[in-house]
Amino acid sequence: MNFEEHAAKAKVLVPAGVKVPRGQLCGSVTEAGAAFAAIGPCVVKAQVPTGKRGKAGGIRKADSAAEAAAVAGAILGMTIDGYPVESVLVEERAAIAREFYAAVVTDFADRRPLVLFSTEGGMDIEEVATRQPDAVRRRPVEIDGAFGAEEARAMLAGLDLGAAEPQVAAVLAALYAICRERDAELIEINPLALLADGRIVALDCKFTLDDAAIFRQRELAAAGAREKLTPLERRGAEAGLKFIQLDGNVGVLANGAGLTMTTMDVIRHCGGQPANFLEIGGEAYTKAETALDLVLSGAGVKSLVINFCGAFARTDVMADGVVKAWEKLKPKIPVFFSIHGTGEEEAVKLVRERLGIEPYDFMEDAVRAAVEAAQ
Amino acid sequence: MIIFRQQHRVLVQGITGKQGTFWTEKMMACGTKVVAGVNPKRAGEMHLGVPIFVTAGAAMAQAPYDVAVMFVPPSMAKDAALDAIGAGVKLLVCLTEHIPAQDVMAMHRAAQRAGTRIVGPNTAGLVTPGEGFVGIMPGHNTNVFRPGSVGVVSRSGSLGTLVALNLTRAGIGQSAFIGIGGDPMIGTTTRDALQALDEDARTAAVVLVGEIGGAMEEKAAEYASGMAKPVVAFIAGRASPPGKKMGHAGAIVTGSAGSYASKRKALEDAGVIVVDTPRQIPEALAARLAAASGASTRAAARAHG
Repeated sequence: MNFEEHAAKAKVLVPAGVKVPRGQLCGSVTEAGAAFAAIGPCVVKAQVPTGKRGKAGGIRKADSAAEAAAVAGAILGMTIDGYPVESVLVEERAAIAREFYAAVVTDFADRRPLVLFSTEGGMDIEEVATRQPDAVRRRPVEIDGAFGAEEARAMLAGLDLGAAEPQVAAVLAALYAICRERDAELIEINPLALLADGRIVALDCKFTLDDAAIFRQRELAAAGAREKLTPLERRGAEAGLKFIQLDGNVGVLANGAGLTMTTMDVIRHCGGQPANFLEIGGEAYTKAETALDLVLSGAGVKSLVINFCGAFARTDVMADGVVKAWEKLKPKIPVFFSIHGTGEEEAVKLVRERLGIEPYDFMEDAVRAAVEAAQ
Repeated sequence: MIIFRQQHRVLVQGITGKQGTFWTEKMMACGTKVVAGVNPKRAGEMHLGVPIFVTAGAAMAQAPYDVAVMFVPPSMAKDAALDAIGAGVKLLVCLTEHIPAQDVMAMHRAAQRAGTRIVGPNTAGLVTPGEGFVGIMPGHNTNVFRPGSVGVVSRSGSLGTLVALNLTRAGIGQSAFIGIGGDPMIGTTTRDALQALDEDARTAAVVLVGEIGGAMEEKAAEYASGMAKPVVAFIAGRASPPGKKMGHAGAIVTGSAGSYASKRKALEDAGVIVVDTPRQIPEALAARLAAASGASTRAAARAHG
C-alpha cells in the first residue's frame, strides 16, 4: 500500500522525529490561497501516490496568495499517471544548501533490510547508482541486530557532512525504526535537504506499507492511498479477489497464480489475447461464483477458459461455484473447461451434468478452442 | 535436506484446524510418518492417532521429528516458525501465504543461525511419489504423481500439479517435487532445489517451473550451465503486464528486472530447453533423455571399444 507524500510525512516521518517543512493540505483553490497567508513563499505539490509528479507539472512554486491559488487551480483536476489530483500540499519553501538521499528498503533477494544513503539527492536514485555506483552507500542490517545513530554515523564516515552529520545519522536511525515498527516495505526521503540555516528536513517522502502487515497496522493503513483500480477491479478487491482487467477478449478463470499466468500465456501462444487476470487460489477457491460474475462483467469478453488444477484448491468446490454462477447469469458466450487434480471426478461430473459441457483433457486444447471462438 | 523421504518424521503445526486435519489425513494415507501435532489449547489430546503438544519444543522432547509443516495463519506464523526452529527441526515447510515481510526476515535469520532449512513461505510443499508428501499438494493422487526419475521444481502449486500430471500422462514418473513458494523472500531458491536434484542419485532429469519476477531463474541458470542432467523449463508470466503483482507477491516485473525475456535467455544460454506451453514439457524431456542415453551409450561403447 502506497502513501501520498502528506500522509507519509504526517503519519510516519513526524511521529518518528524527522523534521518536515511547514505545510497544509488543500482541496481547493480558496484553501491554497489561504494557506499562503500562513506559510509564505511555497511549493504547491500534487498529492498522488506516484513518482512522476514533477515531470508532469504537478509541483510548482508560488510567491503570492493569488499565484498559490492559480497554481493550485492548475494542478487540482490534473491526472498524473492515471491518478486524478484531488488535493495539493502547500509547503514552505526554504533555501537549500545540499540535497541528500536516504532510504530503508526490504531487500528481497538478500532477505534483510537495506539502508541506503547518498549525497547525490534530488535525482532518480537508480540513475545515480548506475552512473556513479560509489555515490550510493548501502548497509544491510541483520534483523536481530540494531541500526541506531552509532551504526548510521559509521555508514556516513568520510562523507564530510560536517555539522549536519549527527542530524543525518538520526534520520537514518529513524528510518530504520520506521521500517521495523511500521512494517515499511520502502521508506524513502528524496531529497533530504540541508537548509541554509543548518536544519535537516525531509522535502519529499515515499512510504510503502507491506500489504501483508495491514492487519497489525490498521490505523496507519487508513491513511494509505487507494489503489488505481477500475470499478470492476475494485469490486474484485472488495470481494478479496485479485482481478486485473486487460485488453483482450478471452476471459480467464483459474486457480493459483502460476496456473492463471500460464493460461494467459497459452492464450497468447494460440494467437488470442487474455481479457483479465483472476485467480482463485488459496482460500479464495470458495469464491468461484463471485469470480465468474466479475469475469463476465468485463466488456468485450467473447469466450471463457476455465482452467482448474487442484492442489490445495478443490476443483469440486470451484466447479460448484461456477455452475451456480452460470445458471444464475446465463451468459451467452461459449466456455471451455480443463479440470484436473483434487476433486476432479466430482467437478467433471458437475460440469457435464449441469452445463452439458465436456471438459478438455489438455488445457492447451481448451484454450485453443476459446481463442478460436473469440475470433 | 530438501527432498522429502519416507523415513522423515513429521510434526504438523496447526494439526487440529480444518485444513490441518484434511491434509494430515491425506499425508498419512500416502505413507508420510506424521508423529505429532501442535495446538496449545489441545495439548495432551490425541488427533488423527497422534499426540498433540503445546509447542514444537515440547513435541521434540517426546516425539522427535525431522520435518515441521505449518498450517498456521499469517499473524501467528513467525512464532510458530521460531518455535520449530528453536526445537531444532532440520526442515521447516512453511505453507502460509501473506506473512509480513518483517516476520519473514526474522524467520530466515533464526533459521540461518540454527542451521534449519526453510522451504517457503507460500509453498505448496514437497512430494516424493511412492514415499509420501508434506504440504497441500495432491501427493496422494496417482493420476498426478507416479514414482520415476524426473525431479520437478516449481514456485507454484497449481502449475506444479499440472506439470506433474502432464509427465504422468506421458508415462514419465517423478523422483521428487519441490515446491519452493511464490513469495519474494523464500528459504529455498530455484537454484538450491536444482542443486538438490542434481545431487540426488534417483533423479535423471529436471523440470524447472519458474515465474516472472525476481532473479531466481537467472541464478538457477548459472548452476544449470554446469549440470550433466538434462533440464527443461517453463516460465509462467510471458503475457502478464509489467508493474502488477500477478497473485504471487513475488511475480512482478519492475523495469527490466524479472522479465520473461531475461529468464528465458539466461536459461537457454545455460543449455536449458525452454518450452512455450506445459504440454511441451514431456516431449522436450523425452527428446533430451533419449539424446542423453544415446550419448552415454556411445560413451560406454567407446570406453569398452
